[in-house]
Amino acid sequence: MGILGLPLLTRMKGFSAKIYATEVSARLGELVMRDLVSMHGELKQFYGPMVADFPEWMRKEEVEKIPSALREIILGKDGAELGGLMPLYSEADVNDCVLRIQKLKYAEEACYNGTLVIKAFSSGLEMGSCNWILDGPKGVIAYLSNSSFISSQATAFDYQSLQGTDALLYSDFSTLSSTEDDEDEENQSVQLDDKLPPSSHALVQLYGNTKEDSEEMEKLAFICSCTIECIKGGGSVFIPINQLGIFLQLLEEVSKAIDASAMKVPIYIISSVAEDLLAYLNIVPEWLSRQRQERLFDGEPLFDHVKLLEDKKIHVLPNIHSDKFWMHSHEPFIVFCPHWSLRLGPIVHLLQHWRKDSKSLLILEGMVDPQLALLPFKPMVMKVLQCHFQSGIGLRRVRPLLETLQPKTLLFPEEFRSHISFPSKKFHSVLFYTEGETSKVSCKDGSELKIPATPASNFYWNTFKEQEISLAKLNGELVVENGRYRLLLDNNEKNSNGRTNSVPNLEKLLATFTNLGINASVEHQKMNSESQIPCVIHTQEPYKAVMEIGTSGVVITTAAENVASHLYKALDSVLKGN
Amino acid sequence: MAIETLILGAGQEVGKSCVVVNINGKRIMFDCGMHMGVLDHRRYPNFSLISPTGDFDSVLSCIIITHFHLDHLGALVYFTEVCGFRGPIYMTYPTKALAPLMLEDYRRVMSERRGEEEQFNSDHIAECMKKVIAVDLRQTIQVDGDLQIRAYYAGHVLGAAMFHAKVGDSEMVYTGDYNMTPDRHLGAAQINRLQLDLLITESTYGTTIRDSKYAREKEFLDAVHKCVSAGGKVLIPTFGLGRAQELCILLDDYWERMNLKVPIYFSAGLTKQANVYYKMLINWTSQRIKDSYPTHNAFDFKNVCKYERSVLDAPGPCVLFASPGMISGGLSLEVFKRWAPFENTLVALPGYCLPGTVGNILMSKPPKIELDPNTQIDVRCQVHQLAFSPHTDSKGIMDLIKFLSPKHVVLVHGEKPKMVSLKEKIQTTMGIPCYHPANNETVSVPSTGYVKAQASDAFMERCLKPNFKLHKCSSEELSIKTLSDKNIVPELQVINEKAALVIVEDKSKKLKVVHSDEVLVLLGEKKTED
Repeated sequence: MGILGLPLLTRMKGFSAKIYATEVSARLGELVMRDLVSMHGELKQFYGPMVADFPEWMRKEEVEKIPSALREIILGKDGAELGGLMPLYSEADVNDCVLRIQKLKYAEEACYNGTLVIKAFSSGLEMGSCNWILDGPKGVIAYLSNSSFISSQATAFDYQSLQGTDALLYSDFSTLSSTEDDEDEENQSVQLDDKLPPSSHALVQLYGNTKEDSEEMEKLAFICSCTIECIKGGGSVFIPINQLGIFLQLLEEVSKAIDASAMKVPIYIISSVAEDLLAYLNIVPEWLSRQRQERLFDGEPLFDHVKLLEDKKIHVLPNIHSDKFWMHSHEPFIVFCPHWSLRLGPIVHLLQHWRKDSKSLLILEGMVDPQLALLPFKPMVMKVLQCHFQSGIGLRRVRPLLETLQPKTLLFPEEFRSHISFPSKKFHSVLFYTEGETSKVSCKDGSELKIPATPASNFYWNTFKEQEISLAKLNGELVVENGRYRLLLDNNEKNSNGRTNSVPNLEKLLATFTNLGINASVEHQKMNSESQIPCVIHTQEPYKAVMEIGTSGVVITTAAENVASHLYKALDSVLKGN
Repeated sequence: MAIETLILGAGQEVGKSCVVVNINGKRIMFDCGMHMGVLDHRRYPNFSLISPTGDFDSVLSCIIITHFHLDHLGALVYFTEVCGFRGPIYMTYPTKALAPLMLEDYRRVMSERRGEEEQFNSDHIAECMKKVIAVDLRQTIQVDGDLQIRAYYAGHVLGAAMFHAKVGDSEMVYTGDYNMTPDRHLGAAQINRLQLDLLITESTYGTTIRDSKYAREKEFLDAVHKCVSAGGKVLIPTFGLGRAQELCILLDDYWERMNLKVPIYFSAGLTKQANVYYKMLINWTSQRIKDSYPTHNAFDFKNVCKYERSVLDAPGPCVLFASPGMISGGLSLEVFKRWAPFENTLVALPGYCLPGTVGNILMSKPPKIELDPNTQIDVRCQVHQLAFSPHTDSKGIMDLIKFLSPKHVVLVHGEKPKMVSLKEKIQTTMGIPCYHPANNETVSVPSTGYVKAQASDAFMERCLKPNFKLHKCSSEELSIKTLSDKNIVPELQVINEKAALVIVEDKSKKLKVVHSDEVLVLLGEKKTED
């Protein structure tokens, strides 16, 4: 959840930046933040109100007593991170933060300051999660965050909309943690390279492989079978909630497995926001995967939990102090609850209570360091199952994806440089970026400007034949709208200046020529003739030249270069009305 | 460049909405409705005007359906499954969810009750719905490389949307039916300011200005309350979707407030089924209903009881929603026959009734209604006509036009005299050219075109960071009045740079916009190249 730190920013004095998020990210983020605040409130209740801004243990002498492994986590390698710790936000901070967010739909255009059009496109990872496109007059930038090709709940990854940008910022850092089985896959893709044209090769890599999909399903099935086994053995199952999509999938799969085994086991979801969350999920069909949307069109609830709640197969409790839960807690049950860190929320109490029950099972999902996480609950005899579900693009698909997206400039994390090679024939330019350093991406010179077509065809052009260019002088207003520049021409000015009537006043012109000592004669032609030239002026002294004055321009023909410019100046002065 | 609008339906009439718009060569069909009051071939739009050969795929880019009412949707299955259009169809999520219910109900009524030959069957409906792409509000949908569409909230019924379409620089909006004031269960229409060449708007109530909806609602509630407290029965003949939910929310609320215990029944299974959809689509309803979620889903009606046929003859008061609307047959007619002879019965007509239906005759409050030569019904019941409608009134239409300030307006979906007077009003008060074409007529309006030019950085910089001396002339920094102080004012220069070789055709002309200071440099550079 990339939104959980936001209130820390928005509560700062003077913070006024515009915030964009998808509707669903904002709502789900709000629920998770509320849950965090409520769980944290419990801690505060236990430890008593704080006298100072910071808790006791953060004092220097207390920090010294902390075991070294923990100390490194708290302080960072050089001790600098302690200063970065701040007290958690309050409910009011969360409310204020959510109010400031401008909530968007996928593919909705939000315009920042007239110059930048911002659009979110589904990243397939979770409901509401997205990648961004920033479209400005200087070019298009894509921000690619954790994305998933296998989304069973959320709208599919919309990578097509990220194609052909000027710059793409690759920011899926999950890739690093999933490097295990990628060596051989990398080789495969190299072999494929020569046999298939590049684009189809890329698409095969993106689509053709359902291996990952089935792998994820196998993992789910395995967890379900472990759960059933544990229940059959008279134990209970504890599942801390981490990824929302995985939680929902597990909830459905586990309850199906229980139904299939003809057992009656209560499933509890314990969280202060669970009720709101489950209700909310059933009203966002627009943000779900195709399979889920089919349920809407068939008139069925979007998620099984609606029916399961009605049938009282799952029970939602706001907190752990519920008779409903404890009355039946001596019999096997399944519980889903926060927090995945095992440091906050109902799971802490549950583990303290059940850690010595050898029949029970704890399922950890996506835990980086389980040993450390379980440290406070030692000695522990309950079983622990660890699993990892994919939470990003996956190293194997990064290159095919980027080849499909074809950004002019690719910005890639320095940390991954060794994992992926970018052949120069397929990538125009690749920049590797590192934290805390600014990378500069060059962009095209100039900006595109739109001029209304009707006046544009009536411009009065000054042609410079030699330079092969024509000039027209305009007055108007520059308008910036939806990231595009538009020229609004000043019509009144044009008329008053006689620009629309491009034929210069002959009398004036001849007078000017006389003043300059140029001897000129006019050869009139019939206006109604086919000719485009209303009149031709011949000059003899001191230079020999012919001026063809037409409705759309004046052509000066002469032997000497400086003569033309001389005559032009005279003409121009007449046209300007000087 | 021009935008051509071919009216296939709802031109100077209400019914079978269908408009085909050609924007810069892209043709879009907005709505594909049927006429409920006509039974012969004229009930469908004359599709042969789009393509005499019947090859619709190559001439139509897509179909857009604004909402699920049959006069906007009814011909869709016929057009895709019988006429064979295979291109994409766009509608909002609620419309896609509820459209099959409407179509299936219509098909059943047509084939079973009237014994007509089927125009399409259930499989056709399912096949047709597979081609539908559901869209969310405000999403920018790229239909193809050039055509972009976007839906905006229209009120009216659940999922109703106005659609914005853009091809190149030409933009237009087709409203479908809309409501500019929020009602019990839906919000008011919402749209962004856009640069429109054309606005095609409905004009059902083009000459009516309505007062507060709440007063009208109160009249209805008072009439119902008076009837049930006197022990009478209330019949509300209405279709199970849309209006039924709106009125039921109104009654359910009122029942709670007044602590009434009189049972409310929904006759049709359709309504119950529809409520399941409404519950999932709550984000498309009014703010009030959204806010009360999840503590109470407004579509979980507290006072609605299970309907059984026995309630028709049970003693005591009750309120019954029976389909179809307009008392055109089925249960609503059956109940009407049974209850109409009693003075304490109230028949509440919630919507427009087509001429020829019992509902329409009832509005003139006759003592007797002759159904056929053998059947006469004594009408002693009271009749209440609901005076609130999910359509915008003329003020709403004018407000929308004023807000959008399109360059042209085309009126559809209204009666001719009302259209004429509305058109006059639009042209005189806003000076916007307005048209009210009849069916099968085409209106062509010019559209904006732009030429693209490359602006130099120096020019942009000067424009975007104006010299502070320009401040006093604000946005007019480029206007003629300040031309005298040439050194300060950035002037625009457009340079038409022809390709290096003179033989190159005009097409390769590139426009470049530079600052006047750069002109000499540009000329100089060229010179040295020579």
